[in-house]
Amino acid sequence: MELRSLERKSEYEWEIPRTGDMNVPGKIFASRRLIEEMDDKVKEQITNVACLPGIQKAALAMPDAHWGYGFPIGGVGAFDPEEGGVICMGGIGFDISCGVRTLRTGLSLEDVKPKIEQLAEALFRKVPAGLGSKGKLHLSMSEIDDVLRGGAVWAVEQGYGYEEDLEYIEEQGRMEGAKPENVSHMAKKRQLHEVGTLGSGNHYLEVQYVSEVYDAEAARVYGLEKNSVVISVHCGSRALGHQIGMDYIKELYKAAKKYGIPIKDRELACAPINSPEGEKYFSAVAAGINCALANRQVISHLVRQVFEEVMPEAKVEMLYDISHNTCKVEEHLIDGERRTLYVHRKGSTRALGPGRKEIPRAYRDVGQPVLIGGTMGTFSFILRGTAEGLEKAFGSACHGAGRAKSRRQAKRVFRGERIIQELRQRGIIIKAHSYAGVAEEAPGAYKNVEEVVDAVHNAGLAKKVVKLRPLACIKG
Amino acid sequence: MDYETFDHEADIGIRGYGETLEEAFENAARAMFSVMVDLSKVKPVKKFHIEAEAPDVEALLVEWLNQLLAIADLEGYLFSDFRVKISEDGTHLEGYAMGEPIDREKHEISVEVKGATYSMLEVDKEDGRYRAQCVVDV
Repeated sequence: MELRSLERKSEYEWEIPRTGDMNVPGKIFASRRLIEEMDDKVKEQITNVACLPGIQKAALAMPDAHWGYGFPIGGVGAFDPEEGGVICMGGIGFDISCGVRTLRTGLSLEDVKPKIEQLAEALFRKVPAGLGSKGKLHLSMSEIDDVLRGGAVWAVEQGYGYEEDLEYIEEQGRMEGAKPENVSHMAKKRQLHEVGTLGSGNHYLEVQYVSEVYDAEAARVYGLEKNSVVISVHCGSRALGHQIGMDYIKELYKAAKKYGIPIKDRELACAPINSPEGEKYFSAVAAGINCALANRQVISHLVRQVFEEVMPEAKVEMLYDISHNTCKVEEHLIDGERRTLYVHRKGSTRALGPGRKEIPRAYRDVGQPVLIGGTMGTFSFILRGTAEGLEKAFGSACHGAGRAKSRRQAKRVFRGERIIQELRQRGIIIKAHSYAGVAEEAPGAYKNVEEVVDAVHNAGLAKKVVKLRPLACIKG
Repeated sequence: MDYETFDHEADIGIRGYGETLEEAFENAARAMFSVMVDLSKVKPVKKFHIEAEAPDVEALLVEWLNQLLAIADLEGYLFSDFRVKISEDGTHLEGYAMGEPIDREKHEISVEVKGATYSMLEVDKEDGRYRAQCVVDV
């Protein structure tokens, strides 16, 4: 991206000045280097988002931003329903409530190392992943409605996990306002056998350990120390979320026309939050969020079963579960005034600062855990939300490394078998259903996650707590 | 080649060509399934009927591709052969897809295509040849 077109506000904040139809300016959080490497499409898409009605303060892009659908991936927009604010399909995306869940094991690197082969194999066998895989659960249409209403609460009621897990999930495991009747028959039908499956693409399940501690106090509060072993799961609402997106993009396109909202891109299809169409879409998104929460809850249960079998001394507990493709109703200060906003985060992780009521009591004083997934060969991070991040970015951070090479390029450059061998030599076991899939997800196909996380840290959006290094990775 | 894929930053683009609009749609479907699997490994043993509607011919392409993905997902199939008939005004299509059940050993699937999108969506005619393309989300 050309730096000339941006106004540098600080070392890590770049503004796209308000011009033409923009209601607010655009803002990109990134280092100079990340900005220079960033696709020009990010600027174009952020500018389009800034033109949407009712948007507050600025349309934002995170340091891992890249070209997306309507919004950039790594895009954030907060809308006030009282000012004609909209709910926008592109701001949520297709994989509704895709996110990361991290579980503590109570084990250390030393405990796990001798069993890692066995553990990886058992997880690979237990957790369904990849195209055409079906879950262990086979639900009826009425049961799927219960999933969409109940989320992780439903899963716990069915015996998948414990009551105390729920406190460590956003919305206590269940998004209010979900209406399964607003989700199409096709969307539900596609999900009947997919609850508790990982999917493919960039989704994974990893065994990781804390390789570095940056903030000992926050780490202690999150129950971590150097060499603690954790499990991280990255997945979303599977086919159901996708089908909701495809169904509503058409409805919202019509709604935008009806309400006279100029749409610069079909994937910015939207409707006023306070309209029948907007309310209907929100209730379907809430159902999609519940589907993803239930999905990760069932997968956690499978992980617990594996540990019971392979390492019964483990105590698998929830650290946190966070989504990065969502629209959430949150209170934020706008010019000193408390307002209720609909915050869209597309490929951006919520990062609420200390004191917020949404944060589990045990973590409230240090801020919300921000779970950032890296790539299979490198690192993941846990950060904590800050007061500064609330002020600057509605409490939002990056969600991952962001791609640097396209899938086609990656397949040309990397060989799946080679990648698996190389990683094994570095002590990382990869279990995958597809070699080509591994090549597409090769560590070299992504930006340097450390650079992205450092930009988040230095911009003050969230602060680094620990770095996680993978020991084993299960891929679709 | 009557179909191809093209680069996109995070996902992948698919493109079909044809002497007719129908052929371009059929080849776009081939391009999409070629992202997942080597099409020569997918035998057309069973036929599935498809019907789709959209406000314009570009949206119809997205609708067609997404219907194919939805049925493939529901039935646990991969498709390799396609036929469509498109209405004069480009807002309605009817046709079928043929394929066989997913066999993970035999098909060596690389990645699941989750949906066709409106990104880089174009249906047009160039030098007497139809072209239908869009980005698919993986």
